[in-house]
Amino acid sequence: MNSKLTRRRFIKGVIFSGAAATSGAGLYLAQAQQGAGAAERLVNLNINGRTRPVDVLPSETLAYTLRYKLDLTGTKIGCNRGECGACTVLIDGVPNYSCSVLTHNVKDKAVISIEGVKAADGTLHAVQAAFVAENSPQCGFCTPGQVMSAVALLNNNPSPTREEVRAGLSGNLCRCGAYEHYINGVLRASGQLA
Amino acid sequence: MPSHDVMPNMELYQPVQVEDALEIANRYAERGWLVGGGQDTYGWLKDRAKSVDALIDLSAIEELRGIRPTSDGGVEIGALTTLTEIASSAELQSNFSLLTEAASVVASPQIRNIGTLGGNVSQDVRCWYYRRGLACYRAGGNLCYADTPEGMNREHALFEGSRCVAAGASDTASALVALDASMVIRNSGGESVVSAEDFFVGPANDIVNTTVLRPGDILTAVRIPNTWAGATFYWEKVADRNVWDFSLVNIAAAFRVEGGNIADSRIVAGAVQTTPRRLTNVESAVQGQPKNLQTGESVMEMATEGARTLAHNGFKVPLLQNLVKRAISA
Repeated sequence: MNSKLTRRRFIKGVIFSGAAATSGAGLYLAQAQQGAGAAERLVNLNINGRTRPVDVLPSETLAYTLRYKLDLTGTKIGCNRGECGACTVLIDGVPNYSCSVLTHNVKDKAVISIEGVKAADGTLHAVQAAFVAENSPQCGFCTPGQVMSAVALLNNNPSPTREEVRAGLSGNLCRCGAYEHYINGVLRASGQLA
Repeated sequence: MPSHDVMPNMELYQPVQVEDALEIANRYAERGWLVGGGQDTYGWLKDRAKSVDALIDLSAIEELRGIRPTSDGGVEIGALTTLTEIASSAELQSNFSLLTEAASVVASPQIRNIGTLGGNVSQDVRCWYYRRGLACYRAGGNLCYADTPEGMNREHALFEGSRCVAAGASDTASALVALDASMVIRNSGGESVVSAEDFFVGPANDIVNTTVLRPGDILTAVRIPNTWAGATFYWEKVADRNVWDFSLVNIAAAFRVEGGNIADSRIVAGAVQTTPRRLTNVESAVQGQPKNLQTGESVMEMATEGARTLAHNGFKVPLLQNLVKRAISA
């Protein structure tokens, strides 16, 4: 990044809550910059290849924005604590828990949620088709997260071993215990299981 | 405890330069909260167990990222470098595989993808009474819920308990102490460098902080000298689950082996007290001894001298002893 540009940007974002529940210098600054700060709440988010403006609170999580502001309810909130993986999305291709990422952190990044995995014409992704063929999901609640982790794994490693699949999906819990079925699905998607 | 879908409202700053982050951190002092990857932070805030006026998000500060060689043959790792980046760094794997192994078993893949080295070493303890927001010693109260006859203390400390008996949660901390690393800290007064051993503080010295970091300080980098580059390392983490879980006990060891004998060593245990515990008595005892099972067996009991077990964590005594034995005999 150009260093002059960096300096001019000075502070990438100052996002004020507007609650002004602060004291001293913080309150002064909040009042002084309220107008400018408030505008910062309106951000352009690149979700599933489409850029849309969204009004985002300072401490809003990406999972919240996806589900409640963009109506992308395919992303599930299981624990909301980064302990289950149901909310996994890809941020610049990397799997992350969307419940544990601030939406303001993905302003300059490309987010892919479960809705963005299938092809434009509706054809299922190889992972989704393989999960159907292998009957991988049981109740299905963890499935969107499992799909995202599997897609990211296969993007980096097109023919993983069973152990590598285990490691790749290890950040996604399945309370039904259908792990072996998911692993079979990923192996099928990679063409290693006829 | 109540479950909150929504984070409490607060202000958010996203500086792109350390100077600006320092200015904001100074202004808010203890009412500001520095965030790297946020994987320790958001739980506190969602639970309303801690609250702040402003989050100061450091993740846009590019100079805090990356792994750079230093002039002395060691490496400097920016505090915001993710654990995934560390675990997959060829440079670190070849010379300091102790750290890459420790980083590769922290939490889960997704957490390692965003969790940072700076955050991993600065994270707070995982005592559930404290995490729940109870007014224990560490939270400014005047009792400990864990160190009681009915307290759930299976994961708690064996050593250096002082009112608080919480065990440290960081895996990379043990590895960094074993590698004689140092921490680079910046504040409005300039830059200071603290050894990893002195960076972590126990409850006898400071019951509310786990490190020397104070409001207005930013941990900018971790430096690893070439002292142990390419040494013989041993890392093992024992936890109830392979993923997500914090260590019950971990061991990080570095050996300089000459002619089959241990010329010098660092043996550090994690999760047995609030700070990484360097087993200096074991290090002295094995110096000049052959690196084998017999030496391991002869010194393993020294590893737990002075341990004070609680109602449910007695298993950590043989666990630590056996890990020390394995480290020496491996």
